[in-house]
Amino acid sequence: MSYLPYALAGWIFVVGLYGVVSSRNLIHLAVCLTVMQSGTYVLLLAIGYKNGAAAPIFRPSHHPAVDPVVQALTLTDIVVSVTVVALILALALAAHKESGSVNPEEIADFSG
Amino acid sequence: MIPLQVVIIVLVGGGALAVVLQRDPLRQAIVNSLYALLLVVLFMVFQAPDVALSMLVVGSIAYPLVLLVVIARVRNRGEEATDTADP
Amino acid sequence: MIGFAIAGAGFAALVFWALVGLPDFGHYHWPYGNALNAIATPERHATNVVGITVFDYRGLDTLGEEFILFASVVGVSLLLRKDPEEHVPADEVRSDPIRALGAVAVVLLFVLGLWVVAFGYVTPGGGFQGGVALAGAFLLVYVVGGYRQYHSLLPHSPLEMAEAFGAGAFAILGFVGIVYAGAYLGNFLGLGNAGSLYSAGSVPLLNWATAIEVCAALVVLFSEFLKIYMLPAASWTPEEGPR
Repeated sequence: MSYLPYALAGWIFVVGLYGVVSSRNLIHLAVCLTVMQSGTYVLLLAIGYKNGAAAPIFRPSHHPAVDPVVQALTLTDIVVSVTVVALILALALAAHKESGSVNPEEIADFSG
Repeated sequence: MIPLQVVIIVLVGGGALAVVLQRDPLRQAIVNSLYALLLVVLFMVFQAPDVALSMLVVGSIAYPLVLLVVIARVRNRGEEATDTADP
Repeated sequence: MIGFAIAGAGFAALVFWALVGLPDFGHYHWPYGNALNAIATPERHATNVVGITVFDYRGLDTLGEEFILFASVVGVSLLLRKDPEEHVPADEVRSDPIRALGAVAVVLLFVLGLWVVAFGYVTPGGGFQGGVALAGAFLLVYVVGGYRQYHSLLPHSPLEMAEAFGAGAFAILGFVGIVYAGAYLGNFLGLGNAGSLYSAGSVPLLNWATAIEVCAALVVLFSEFLKIYMLPAASWTPEEGPR
C-alpha cells in the first residue's frame, strides 16, 4: 500500500503514452501529453511527502513540514506547460491549414 | 496512508484513463477540466497548497480557453472545406 | 496495437521496478528539504517556504522557466502571424443579466488575482498562480462582452511590451543584486517582519515582475488564437517556414 502513489504516477504516464501513440487527432494528442506531464507532478509530490507533516507554510509557528523544493519545481512547471501546449496546438493549426486534416497519419502522407 | 489518500489516488487513476479514452476533442476538454479538479484534491491531500492553487487556475482558466479556441477553429474550417471530422 | 501492448507492458514493468527502489511513501529523509524548512523563516523572514524557494533559493530555475514562457509565446506569435482585415464578428452578448453579473465577476476575479499575487511569500500563492488568475479576469471580458469590448480593452502592442517588461525586469533585478549584494539575484532590500507584506527583501519585486509576465503572456496567447479564429476560413496562411 505504501507504493500506491508511485504506482499511480507510473500508471498515469503509461496511460498518457498509450493515448499519444494511438491518437487520431492532434488536439487529442496534445491533451494526452498533458496527462503524461501530470504523472510526473504526482511522482514529484509523492517523493516529498512526510507522514504526519503539514504544508510548508509556517504561520503562526514552526511545525514538521513536507519538502518545499519539489513543490516549487512543480508549480512553475504547471503554468509554463500551458504555453508549451499552446505552441503544439499552434503547430496543429498550421498542419491543418496545410493538409486539411488533424489526423497525424493523414498529415504524414501529405507531401507539400 | 489515510483512507482519503487511497480513495483520491484511485479516482485520479480512473480520471486519467477517462481523459485518454475520450476521442472527441471538445468532450475531452471538459473531461480534462474535471481531471484537473481531481488533481487539485490530490495535491491538497499531499499537503501542497501552492501546487493545488496552480493546477486549479490553470485547469479552469488557461487550458479550456486555449483548447476551445483551437477546437472551434478546426471545426469551422472543417465544416466549410472538406469533411475531415473525426467521429 | 499488439506492438504497443507488448512494449507498453515492458515499459510499465521497468517503471514499476524503478519506483519500488524509492523509499516508502511518507519517509522522506533527505537533508535539502529539511534544511530549507528549518532556515527559511529565520534567514529570509518569509512564511511561505515554497514561494521563497521559487524566487530566492531556486531563483535561477525560475528565471529559466520565465524565459521558456516567453519563448513559447514568441513561437506562437510567429506561427500565427497574419494581419487580418478587421473582420469583427457580430458576437455581442445582448443579455443584460449576463453583462451585469459578468462585470461584477470580472472585478472580483481581478481583485482576487491581485490578492493572490501580493501575499505570495506570506500564504500560498505567488506570481505564477496570481498571474493566471489576473489573465482569467481579462479573458472573462471576452466571454461576457464580445470581441469588440475585449479588443478595445486589450490592444496588442502594450500587451507584448508588458510581457517583455516582466521578463526583462526579472533579469535586471538579478543584476541589481550583483551590484548591491555581490551575487546574481541576491537580496538588496531590508528584510522586515515575517508574516507581513514588508518582508523577504527583494522577493516582492520579483513576484510582481513574474505576475505581470505570466498575465500578459496568457492574454497575448489567447489574443493570437482568437485573431485566427475570427478570420474567414480561406484567408489565412501560416508563416512560410523552412521546408
